[in-house]
Amino acid sequence: MKCAVVSFPGSNGDMDAVYALSDALGTPAERVWRTETDLSRFDAVVLPGGFSYGDYLRAGAIARFAPVMEAVAEFAAAGRPVAGFCNGFQVLTEAGLLPGVLMRNAGLRFRSHWVHIRVERSDTAWTADIPRGTVLRLPIAHGEGRYVVDTETLHRIETDRQIVFRYCTATGALAPEANPNGATAHIAGVCNPAGNVVGLMPHPERGAESLTGGDDGLMILRSLLVTSGVAR
Amino acid sequence: MTTETNSMRMSAPNAPATDADLREVALSRAEYDRAVKMLGRHPARVELGMIGALWSEHCGYKHSRPLFKMFPTTGPRVLQGPGENAGVVDIGDGLALALKMESHNHPSAVEPYQGAATGVGGIVRDIFTMGARPIAILDALRFGPLDEPHNRYLFGGVVAGIGGYGNSLGIPTVGGEINVHPSYRGNPLVNAMCVGIAPHERVMRASAGEPGNVLLLVGAATGRDGIHGATFASGDLDEAAMERRPAVQVGNPFLEKLLMEACLELLETDDVVGMQDLGAAGITSSAVECAGRAGTGIEIDVRKIARRERGMTAYEVMLSESQERMLVIVKPNAVQRVRDRFARWELHADAIGVVTGDGHVRIRDGGTLVVDIPTRLLTEGCPTYTPPAAESPETVERRAFDPLQVSDLAPVDIVAALTRLLSHPDIASKRPVWETYDHTIGTNTVLGPGAGDAAVLRVRGTRRGVALTTDCTARYCGLDPYLGGMHAVAEAARNLACVGAEPVAVTDCLNFGNPERPEIYFQLREAVRGLADACRALFIPVVSGNVSLYNDGIAGAILPTPIVGMAGVLDDLDQRVGMAFPPDATLLLLGQATATTGASLYLATVRDIEAGMPPALDLNLEAAVQECVRRVIRQGLVRAAHDLADGGLAVALAEGCIAGRVGCEVDVPDALSTAAGGRLDALLFGEAASRVILAVAPEAIGRIEECAAARGVPVYILGRTTETRQFALRGIMNVPLHNLITAWENALA
Repeated sequence: MKCAVVSFPGSNGDMDAVYALSDALGTPAERVWRTETDLSRFDAVVLPGGFSYGDYLRAGAIARFAPVMEAVAEFAAAGRPVAGFCNGFQVLTEAGLLPGVLMRNAGLRFRSHWVHIRVERSDTAWTADIPRGTVLRLPIAHGEGRYVVDTETLHRIETDRQIVFRYCTATGALAPEANPNGATAHIAGVCNPAGNVVGLMPHPERGAESLTGGDDGLMILRSLLVTSGVAR
Repeated sequence: MTTETNSMRMSAPNAPATDADLREVALSRAEYDRAVKMLGRHPARVELGMIGALWSEHCGYKHSRPLFKMFPTTGPRVLQGPGENAGVVDIGDGLALALKMESHNHPSAVEPYQGAATGVGGIVRDIFTMGARPIAILDALRFGPLDEPHNRYLFGGVVAGIGGYGNSLGIPTVGGEINVHPSYRGNPLVNAMCVGIAPHERVMRASAGEPGNVLLLVGAATGRDGIHGATFASGDLDEAAMERRPAVQVGNPFLEKLLMEACLELLETDDVVGMQDLGAAGITSSAVECAGRAGTGIEIDVRKIARRERGMTAYEVMLSESQERMLVIVKPNAVQRVRDRFARWELHADAIGVVTGDGHVRIRDGGTLVVDIPTRLLTEGCPTYTPPAAESPETVERRAFDPLQVSDLAPVDIVAALTRLLSHPDIASKRPVWETYDHTIGTNTVLGPGAGDAAVLRVRGTRRGVALTTDCTARYCGLDPYLGGMHAVAEAARNLACVGAEPVAVTDCLNFGNPERPEIYFQLREAVRGLADACRALFIPVVSGNVSLYNDGIAGAILPTPIVGMAGVLDDLDQRVGMAFPPDATLLLLGQATATTGASLYLATVRDIEAGMPPALDLNLEAAVQECVRRVIRQGLVRAAHDLADGGLAVALAEGCIAGRVGCEVDVPDALSTAAGGRLDALLFGEAASRVILAVAPEAIGRIEECAAARGVPVYILGRTTETRQFALRGIMNVPLHNLITAWENALA
């Protein structure tokens, strides 16, 4: 079991993801450069947080053209686990691997604090170890995290069960005050129809140790071991 | 000093500078004459520009340098004291901590977003230039009253600029201060502090090394932005200054991120001899400083410097303050390797010159020699001044004010006074600000903003933690700069003690008005003396710092504001505490019983009187209190600790209760009432140094009292915390915690 963490110029959560996977989860992880064209030696791929290419133009809009993204698309098409955290989520939507777009936060401000999210399905590659309805506490840190889809797509992803995480209160209730960025239908994370590609705005890699505030994020990372048949 | 041959290689003899020339470069006639005498001729235009920049207050520290001798700068942990891009101290396990604080006040007054953003960019470069990976940013900010639209605009812009830049770099912003006072109207203070970590053997110094080494300029192309930024920062902020937006640089955090990663990667090789970022006075200061430290010369051809626009003169290129540029000095045989490595990060590196052996700075514009000056004239020729100092009689008079003249607070007004103080920007929750700063990135933030008296970060790969804080009660400095300077150090160290950390180093940022005025120079001198005396008494070396003078806005000079940035070490992160009171804890007060409303925030805010003698400071007691607090925290006897500062006992109790979302039942000890002379204002809101509240389990009280008694530190039992959210001081006040939370949380929202 070995994970790749993709580094784009301007990625700044790449080492956080490597540390969470290797130190907290105990799974070997290494950074791969944006020029990498072959990811077949890895068992999972993470697109980390940051400001790839400065997020100039639009978050994730330039990163999707990096050579590595073709390899990521192939990896995903093969049904293997791919996750995008924060900026990585933005890149996945820009690349068309996940539905929807991430817009400027409703309050127009960058927001960095801990939020609660509710797990909506436990049969994706990244939630296989988490019972549905579980409330996770994780940090967010983004200025462009408001998940937006048109009504038709919303209807489709709801029908296809592509909504994986929703912002909620500590007790799991959906409430406007628990939605930090004005996301459509409180959506914090989605997956592709096959469930192997998952993106979310909160940072599981920053929530992997109680010393730094909480380790609920480990449940998401640990799901990978279940998916890959390493655990259970 | 110059030889005839050198002069002859320059073009025709230079005309003497006119008054207008000197105004442009902010040199006095006497300074010009000094330069002419040292040079043996009139300087050429580019030479004059370079002399002006390096002899500016900002680069040359003309008025402050003689005062620095007072600072203690050595100690067993010090690896690098003042004089480099940042100070460096040993934190154990073979690791070093680099720290530095710097002001970006003038640019932020004119263009708040870019001024603050590039302030962050500059201080971060100072840290990675030393070979250290930046792990945290703190910002000490001062503004005029926030109900005035222009101050609010500056506040919004500065906060957005800090977040916009720091968040992109992926360095957590974990702490700092925001204070408000009318003296900062139109002249905000933006002091950014950065700390980084490096293995001892990777600590890099900014020196040019041997002749023959090659100067590489890396990063952004050079444009016309920021020309004369250093001289701009060394003048008053008058209306004309507001027209000087072009003197403010524009930041590109994406480029800086690439530059940081590339430089840190490069420093793991042996190819680099020295590294220096380009800050104030651009290439001029970085190249000359590198040569100065090595005792060598340099030769640069400005034609080889990549530019953003056509038609730039040698003068503009040499003085540009375009951001995100680094000067990297490499061995001749490593040039290609280093360029390739930068190219991997999509960064351009141009060989712009070489290190020479004859101690001269020579700048060519293609075939024409435009500068030929001895390095030492630029680095050491700068005059220093010890202007007359005299305390303003008005300050003496205000200090003599007796706060007992003011009628005591009526019991019915207590709650209103407390909520007024809790909603004062100096005390109120800074959450609306720090929520816009990424403080969790890096996954080392153990105590983030608002969680403890200081921020605490894990040192990855060890059990250790680093604690960080910034402090200065400028109100005290305005009334007694010596005492105020001492308080700034004592409070910073006390904040570190309250999380369980041992202070290891100070970086400071001295913000003052125009030092050519005797009352301002007096403030500067006395504040430095106060900082130095307190640092010596508490055994904390000053390892780096920065000076920002001429902070005279529309309201006149700012309050003297010597901001102290302090770093501490926790040997074991498990032995740390925050400031949130847990329920069912006993509350103890360690330290002195006596407090005064003189110079207090209460007097200034509730009574509208900014006068009186600031609280006395007994550095022996201070050291004993801090040692005791640290010791009992390490013994695991403490569940929360919070120092008493602005707003005194009542505010500190409220802050701890709000943070923990608990109520309290306090029985004020007779000793405190007696010490307050029976006055409610002094008891509840009086301020004093050397006081800390500890929240402890009842069974820990005995051991804490023993520890305190052994050091002569008084302990008073205040009461306990409760799960019922009622803030109760028996016989004095009883108010729902919710009311206090509302006042505290919404002031800056």
